[in-house]
Amino acid sequence: MIFFLCFVIFLIGLYCVIVKKNILKIVIGIAIMEYAVNLFLILLGYRWEGVPAIVTETVTQAKFVDPLPQALVLTAIVISIATLALMVSLCIRIHQRYKTFDITKIRRLKG
Amino acid sequence: MKGMTIIVKTITKFLSPLIILFGVYIVLHGHLTPGGGFPGGVMIASCFILLTLAYGKEIAYKKLKRSTSSVIESLGVLIFLILALLGIFVGGYFFLNFLPLGHPLKIISAGIIPLCYIGVGLEVAGAIFAVFLALVLFKAGEEKEKPQ
Amino acid sequence: MLPLYLLLFLMILGSLVAVHTRTLLSAVISLSLVGLVLCVTFLYLQTPDIAITQIIVEIVALVILIRAVATGKEVSDIKGKKEVFSLVAVIAFIVIFGYFAYQALTFIEFPKFGYPLMRVSQFYVEEGLKKTGSANLITSVVLGFRAYDTLGEVTVLFAAVLGTLVILRGVGRKK
Repeated sequence: MIFFLCFVIFLIGLYCVIVKKNILKIVIGIAIMEYAVNLFLILLGYRWEGVPAIVTETVTQAKFVDPLPQALVLTAIVISIATLALMVSLCIRIHQRYKTFDITKIRRLKG
Repeated sequence: MKGMTIIVKTITKFLSPLIILFGVYIVLHGHLTPGGGFPGGVMIASCFILLTLAYGKEIAYKKLKRSTSSVIESLGVLIFLILALLGIFVGGYFFLNFLPLGHPLKIISAGIIPLCYIGVGLEVAGAIFAVFLALVLFKAGEEKEKPQ
Repeated sequence: MLPLYLLLFLMILGSLVAVHTRTLLSAVISLSLVGLVLCVTFLYLQTPDIAITQIIVEIVALVILIRAVATGKEVSDIKGKKEVFSLVAVIAFIVIFGYFAYQALTFIEFPKFGYPLMRVSQFYVEEGLKKTGSANLITSVVLGFRAYDTLGEVTVLFAAVLGTLVILRGVGRKK
């Protein structure tokens, strides 16, 4: 099944988030999980021999692929870039304060 | 910040109007062809990112300041909200498509949807470029603080 | 079907490299590889809208992540002691997730690959052009039938950018 490969990508991202000690590696893991979820939603909407869901003069009543997950993923991708920028800015602030990316060294509550 | 080599600068000079043109095309044809406000806005922002990377931050900062891009972002959200609110006054409910639908498969059709996409495109372009400028300009403040 | 499997295996390979490589820069570039292969996969799955968005967002994400990597002097990965707790947690997560994924995929309502349910979408496909006048049915869903979702998404984007600008601003911290 193709969905299991998609889950494998998700699990690789989850492993990266849990085990790694570097903050940027955690950000990379979150990005991988986002890719896996987007891919899963698009895979759910695929139809055999489907065509893109765009009406033209020649294609009017064809077998369209499912437009609903595409609409959800379209907005989710743009949100992911904004949240990635938010995470990266937090990482830069943390590095400026503690001079390291290691999460085991970031222990003080007050800067 | 002097920017990159002259090869990159020359190619950027020729490519950046084309990138902006393609982004505007993607935004305006969002209801006919693949694309729309979200990728088109990121494309317009990426053109300014390319200018910033190639020419150094001073020259790109002269073209479009961070406060200006924040204003553009807020303007996009306001266009989107006002179009949604106009539906209440015209027909009675939120997000009413009050303009005539027009002939399908033509550029002027689909009521308020192209106008909404223009708002969304402005919002995304301003947002991405404001974030990028904040990330780039932060380094100057960091170096200023170090000698203390 | 075979190209789809190959693309997914390439994605798995790229994400494994991104997780396990030592230098952060190569990890970021491998992540970008995963995103670009994902773009090709979207094209294969007949979704050009998502492919356009993915490829352009991937480039901007690569620029932002390289800016983050260039911050630190330490380029190499941090080698911590392998803690037993995190390995146990990972194994537990994988077992539980695998169990639920198996249960969900063999559930009777779950659609097979290539045969989507299209309960709501059938209405969108049939009535989208008539009701909203937009030839691109994805646009008609995004701004016509589900415009509230888009309004919420725009709000989230605005809030995230506002948060980034507030975190990174230089003034206002007088000691």
